[in-house]
Amino acid sequence: MIRIDIEKKLKTYQGKQVLKIAGQFEQGSITKIYGPSGAGKTTFLKVIAGFTQPEKGNIIVYEVTWLDTASKISLPPQKRMAGFVFQDYALFPNMTVMQHLQYATKDAAWIEKLLAVGKLETLTTHKPEYLSGGQQQRLAILRALATKPKLLLMDEPFSALDPEMKTELISELKLLFKELGTTVFIVSHNPQELEGLTELFISL
Amino acid sequence: MDLNPIWLTLKLAGITTVLLLATGLPVAWWLSKGRSIFKVILEAIITMPLVLPPSVLGFYLLLAFSPQHGVGKWLQQTFDVQFVFSFQGLVLASVIYSMPFMLGPIKSALQQLPVSLSQASYSLGKTKWQTFTRVLLPNIKPSLLTAIVLTFAHTLGEFGVVLMIGGNIPNVTRVASIAVYDSVEQMDYATANAYSLILFAITFILVVSVFVFNKYRLKSPLE
Repeated sequence: MIRIDIEKKLKTYQGKQVLKIAGQFEQGSITKIYGPSGAGKTTFLKVIAGFTQPEKGNIIVYEVTWLDTASKISLPPQKRMAGFVFQDYALFPNMTVMQHLQYATKDAAWIEKLLAVGKLETLTTHKPEYLSGGQQQRLAILRALATKPKLLLMDEPFSALDPEMKTELISELKLLFKELGTTVFIVSHNPQELEGLTELFISL
Repeated sequence: MDLNPIWLTLKLAGITTVLLLATGLPVAWWLSKGRSIFKVILEAIITMPLVLPPSVLGFYLLLAFSPQHGVGKWLQQTFDVQFVFSFQGLVLASVIYSMPFMLGPIKSALQQLPVSLSQASYSLGKTKWQTFTRVLLPNIKPSLLTAIVLTFAHTLGEFGVVLMIGGNIPNVTRVASIAVYDSVEQMDYATANAYSLILFAITFILVVSVFVFNKYRLKSPLE
């Protein structure tokens, strides 16, 4: 079970607003986060990952307190190790596809499996600048999964994929999530995307 | 022609560059993160040598490290170290004087890297050190090279600050730029020309190399 209850001030073009989110999420659940632009969807993911701090709140992940502002507990991102798929991919320009995955894990068999899921087996020696947008996005997803995270945060993770690739990848990812018991939060703009999932609407 | 001033200059530039690289990398990284008022003021102080007359900097260093009083006296009595009219004094002055040339390019290159690169590395469980050496540094190679070469070349060309704190002691503080001035004062234009030409050639080769290298070999991957 993951319990989240946070309050964070946001600076928006409409002035200062407060992002308030509270919820409980079952282990292994996939939650789609949607809402208008600027509502704080990305900020919500970054708060969970530990990249930014909320003014108030607590985050408890599988009985471990990641954040509790009242008792001044906040685990650093390195301790939380939430898988994170960034909207801008955040790939390392100096590393090849293989080096990205090897930087994250030493498990060669797992790397092979991930490469097959992302269909990047033939591109292992390529650096990001020589990959297409869709390939870069798939690499970003694979890298986030390389550490076998118990919690995966995905920010617009399928935006650069063609519909066919998207459907195929999503069904393979669902199998991986199940295998790993990963709880997933996915920010998405597209209402048709990822139908049938638990939904969390964020607005200010 | 006495080649000692040239060797002394190269030694000074080499030591200064190594010292500045070792201290500049962590400081530049720290400065690149956030902008507190303290950091802004510190940055302004570090940038001062760019615009301050070198003789002014040299004058205050001379006062500060004079063995007659204050810090200089204490250093002399406690550690038997003298910064005035000595090679170590030249190194100290050069480190301060060339600091903006090392810190500037590295800091701005680090600031231009998306913050998500570090965050991605942290989320994989990597420490700040691992992130710095494996992710950040390799992606600022062109700026790193520029910073190293500019620092080295700038130290080669120091004059005012070196003259103020080091004077003109052969084999100790008489670097090439001072040897040029000295030769001109003695109307020995041939020697002045020889020193000048060597300095010109070294600087030219260094600066051209960094431009060529950055153009063909180390084009920033984020460009």
